Amino acid sequence: MATLLETSRLDKSFGALKATDDVSLAVDAGEVHAVIGPNGAGKTTLIAQLTGELAPDRGTIRFDGRDITGLPTWRRTRLGLARSFQITTLLPQMSAEDNVALAVQARSGSSFRFFADARRDTTLRGPARSFLERVGLAPVAQTRCRELSHGEHRQLELAVALALQPRMLLLDEPLAGMGQEDSARMVALLRSLKSELPMLLVEHDMDAVFSLADRVSVLVYGRIIATGTPQAIRDDPAVRNAYLGGQGG
Amino acid sequence: MPAPLASAQLPATPPASVARRRVVLLAGCLLLAALPAIAHGAGQPFLIATFTRFVIYAIAAVSLDLILGIGGLTSFGHAAWFGLGGYVVAIAAFHAQDASTLLGWGGSTEALVVWPLAIAVTALVALPIGALSLRTSGIHFIMITLAFAQMLFYLFVSVKFYGGDDGLAMQRRNTLAGADLRDATVFYYVCVACLVAWTTLCAAIRRSRFGMVLSGCRQSERRLLALGYPVYRYKLVAFVLAAAGAALSGALWANAARFVSPDMLAWVKSGELMVMVILGGTGTLFGPIAGAFVLLGVEQLLSAWTEHWMLILGPLLVLFVVFARRGLWGLVAGER
Ligand SMILES: Nc1ncnc2c1ncn2[C@@H]1O[C@H](COP(=O)(O)OP(=O)(O)OP(=O)(O)O)[C@@H](O)[C@H]1O
Ligand SMILES: [Mg+2]
Repeated sequence: MATLLETSRLDKSFGALKATDDVSLAVDAGEVHAVIGPNGAGKTTLIAQLTGELAPDRGTIRFDGRDITGLPTWRRTRLGLARSFQITTLLPQMSAEDNVALAVQARSGSSFRFFADARRDTTLRGPARSFLERVGLAPVAQTRCRELSHGEHRQLELAVALALQPRMLLLDEPLAGMGQEDSARMVALLRSLKSELPMLLVEHDMDAVFSLADRVSVLVYGRIIATGTPQAIRDDPAVRNAYLGGQGG
Repeated sequence: MPAPLASAQLPATPPASVARRRVVLLAGCLLLAALPAIAHGAGQPFLIATFTRFVIYAIAAVSLDLILGIGGLTSFGHAAWFGLGGYVVAIAAFHAQDASTLLGWGGSTEALVVWPLAIAVTALVALPIGALSLRTSGIHFIMITLAFAQMLFYLFVSVKFYGGDDGLAMQRRNTLAGADLRDATVFYYVCVACLVAWTTLCAAIRRSRFGMVLSGCRQSERRLLALGYPVYRYKLVAFVLAAAGAALSGALWANAARFVSPDMLAWVKSGELMVMVILGGTGTLFGPIAGAFVLLGVEQLLSAWTEHWMLILGPLLVLFVVFARRGLWGLVAGER
């Protein structure tokens, strides 16, 4: 399969701390590639470099064959790289539907339009509603984002990312802090997306990772210590030792 | 996953508050229309000139709210655009009066020429200043906008040809396609028309695609970048638009006072505009109009009574801002 996203020898230090250490990683078209690792392993730092929020000290990032290492965040999104945030980053004073509509709007021509009422624009609101339905948020479409529950925020993060109609998703702990029921729904949803959208999935929930991922990379102290199929990773003694061991695999 | 019922049934803006807002807006418009009659009825026609100044300030306050309240950009140099707009009108009149020229142009006293010119010149100056200022954010943005405004302030102080410190007087008001702006009531209604037009425009912008992006910039710039919006460009356009609105206000002010001076650009003025916005309700667009009227009205009343009015007004403002966080507009019209 063709490689869609590829990092080569990425380094990023915060002072003496190597948060990303020689990371080379590839996500193929049609693949769900999970990145797991203990707290502070550098997973969010890696995503931040992929999205352009942080610049790597060394190394390159290629998306769809193009070097995007120096591109600003918004350009990467326009190329089709959408992300969800580990810590919910939505527009708190807008409704759920507004949040998604703004993502739809980003894909539909110029936003330098000053007169027509965007909230009555069916070309924005229609798609926004269908994305909300897809993640199960239709009943709260008109609720202000800051009044939504934590689980709903996670779902909304995903709806917004989907509304960008990306070519690839970067998901930073989409299940973080969710209850069991919400979690199961989210996993089912992600599984339904699997066939259409390649994903880089950062997640602590091992059951979710092993049920969704085609490949798993293990990040420890900024370094990738193993990459392989979920089965191979489960059986890898180095991984069990460094990471899974403590949880009994 | 069933959502909590309460949140499921609560729309972003309840219809009741929409109705209430409409009533308040209508009442406000009627009041603006009736003020000259009220002044005459009370046997105090000179109040028309006072109200005219309130209306003019309201235009500048609404324009500041566009970037401060909606875009979340705390510009502390907004009076610079107010002053610049005023100076363009006064300088054009100056050259028209003494038949001298500025770069070969003989000046003009026709409102339909000089008011758009004031707006255009101000926008042109605001563009590079905004482009530089918006490279920063937070407290740095506040300081840099203040610094640029001070630079313009000292520029006008130092240009002795246009009066320097002493300011520049206009012999008469502009003419407006036949209408005689000398008449206080006519001029009042022209200013009200400008206020209504400008506020309507800003309200449309707030609801538009552009406005949604601008409001998003205030709430989470990070989210907007992740959505693929180059936020800098949107903020810059908003900055220039707001400057243009303040320039219109300044052009009217020059006519109202028939006089401009560097004081129009002083940081105290920028602060006053900010107080109007905060008092009226940040991000409500209509609130700052009430903010301008109340601040200037109270100022007028207190200053007739004691010269230490600032000592009274200051604490009153602090109390108000602490206890009515949504400003006057929040009190009167409910949630925005
Ligand atoms: N901006 C920063 N400045 C300094 N240190 C940082 C910064 N961001 C992250 N770090 C450090 O880099 C390391 C990696 O952090 P990161 O957030 O990438 O971990 P993570 O794998 O996402 O952890 P978690 O599972 O808790 O989300 C941590 O030790 C963190 O303290
Ligand atoms: Mg993290």
